[in-house]
Amino acid sequence: MRAFLLRRLLLLVPTVLGVTLATFLMLQLTPGDPVAIMLGEFGSATEVARLRSELGLDRPVVVQYVRFLGRVVRGDLGTSIRSRRPVAEEIAERLPPTLELALAAQGLAVGVGVLAGVVAATARRPALDSAVVAVTLVGLSMPTFWSGLLLILLFSLTLGWLPITESEGLRALVLPAVTLAAPAGAVLARITRASVLEVLRQDYVRTARAKGLAERVVVYRHALRNALIPVLTVAALQFAGLVAGAVIVESVFARPGLGRLAVTAILSRDFPLAQGIVLVVAGMYVFVNAGVDVMYGLLDPRIRYR
Amino acid sequence: MTTAVSGPVPGARAVAPRRRGVWWRRLRQRPLVLLAMGILALFLVLAAAGARLSPHDPTELIPGAVLLSPSAAHPFGTDELGRDVLSRVIAGARISLQTGVVTIGAALLLGTAVGVVAGYYGGLLDGALMAAMEVLLAFPQILLAMAILAMLGPSLRNAMIAVSLSAVPVYARTARSTTLTVRAMDYVEAARALGAGDGRILTRHVLPNMISPVVVLATAGIGIAILIAAGLSYLGLGAQPPTPEWGSMLSEARAYLRNAWWMATFPGLAITLVVVSLNLCGDWLRDLLDPRLRT
Repeated sequence: MRAFLLRRLLLLVPTVLGVTLATFLMLQLTPGDPVAIMLGEFGSATEVARLRSELGLDRPVVVQYVRFLGRVVRGDLGTSIRSRRPVAEEIAERLPPTLELALAAQGLAVGVGVLAGVVAATARRPALDSAVVAVTLVGLSMPTFWSGLLLILLFSLTLGWLPITESEGLRALVLPAVTLAAPAGAVLARITRASVLEVLRQDYVRTARAKGLAERVVVYRHALRNALIPVLTVAALQFAGLVAGAVIVESVFARPGLGRLAVTAILSRDFPLAQGIVLVVAGMYVFVNAGVDVMYGLLDPRIRYR
Repeated sequence: MTTAVSGPVPGARAVAPRRRGVWWRRLRQRPLVLLAMGILALFLVLAAAGARLSPHDPTELIPGAVLLSPSAAHPFGTDELGRDVLSRVIAGARISLQTGVVTIGAALLLGTAVGVVAGYYGGLLDGALMAAMEVLLAFPQILLAMAILAMLGPSLRNAMIAVSLSAVPVYARTARSTTLTVRAMDYVEAARALGAGDGRILTRHVLPNMISPVVVLATAGIGIAILIAAGLSYLGLGAQPPTPEWGSMLSEARAYLRNAWWMATFPGLAITLVVVSLNLCGDWLRDLLDPRLRT
């Protein structure tokens, strides 16, 4: 077990280095002169020179990368061009509402998705199975920037049940979370359905049935436990995707968050801010990934010896 | 089932008519897939002949026709500037379908090239190429697309480049793994024993036999690409007004949700119909070409 953990943690080193390198190269590979783009047409020669040395762009690339790494390790992501505030501070401010939204959506997606998948896989009537499959297909294919508008139209403007203007509190979280959860839940329902169908064909399920166990016990105690392993892996991997997908949902519901900060950063060509956001979200993705692998190893001993 | 996997089987042309019969019989058992193909065909016609079929110019400001609800004159209503929504939805078909096909086509070409070269030659080249792909895979696709847009600046063309590049690593990884399987096959060794060079082996033996999982992935990929590109336009990072792009139409419709439901409904419906149809066809193609991936 310790060897497995160590190997998985060592594997993190090249990935993290790669992600920082790719993020660092964002500025280097930008066509044209990023400093001129950031300052627009009004930048004077002295301003351009000052910003260039502030960003360290006047030094050799290798030196720049090492300094970039050194700053990132200390939690220094540079200064936003637009607001002149530290990027890390801006991100720290906007991250909590986005994480809140992503976590709520994740919970919903896992709960509803797994339930729907099990119902579809064990349905006695084919019509029920088909209905779940059809709903997941639509959930998968509907853009969140339309489904979110439809939910606002129905629950806020027509029925008046939920607010659209508030951005604080649990009631304001419901519609955005449902919107963000829909595609993720649809994916989980499909995977759960396939996984349960697969497990129900296994010998130990036949044994459990032959023992005379109730079908409910067979499905929920014997089959589901094993069927859920791939489902939980996918669910955990979805999390960073949900954080990234929150960009659109935050914009639909006018919620403050990391996504809207990213859009502002791109529109105002604020490279340090955009770089910082990309690094933070990608970093989260990498560490969640590694965490899932470790958990997977704990749950399923066969993985450790691969 | 294995006959459906296209390979350079001698005399394949002679059995083609019979194989088409099998395809048609399979297809008839899946009425939903037929419907999806019909919907896609309809949108393709709209994309190809849109300007001739639409009642108005998509950017024309019709005097006195601001925010009209659907009627005989304007079946999908008009928007806040007095533009015909039906004409804009039709014009949007061309943009979205083009975006989906061009971005995924380019990603497929580039990803397959990287994957096949890495898988076939192996060694240091494989290590370097795949390390780069693994790093890119460490970014969620929409984040990677946004990072590329941050570098290039917002525009429809740049959004297409961003969506395309962000899809490359997925195809490269799949192409590499199927190439590794095919490379180990006896018929590749036989070809080499007969004196075939790398070029011939790659194009005549490896490529035709490794491509079907990649193509299956690409069918679903078109839908994802359309969704991401429209999402970027919704955020104002892709197509700019007054371009009749479905995502940016939905973004404009948001402010008029209370008074003009039709402004959001029809572009939203169009994009959902196209993506649902693509997903249905993708699932069907996957079952047909690669039973191992069946869920």
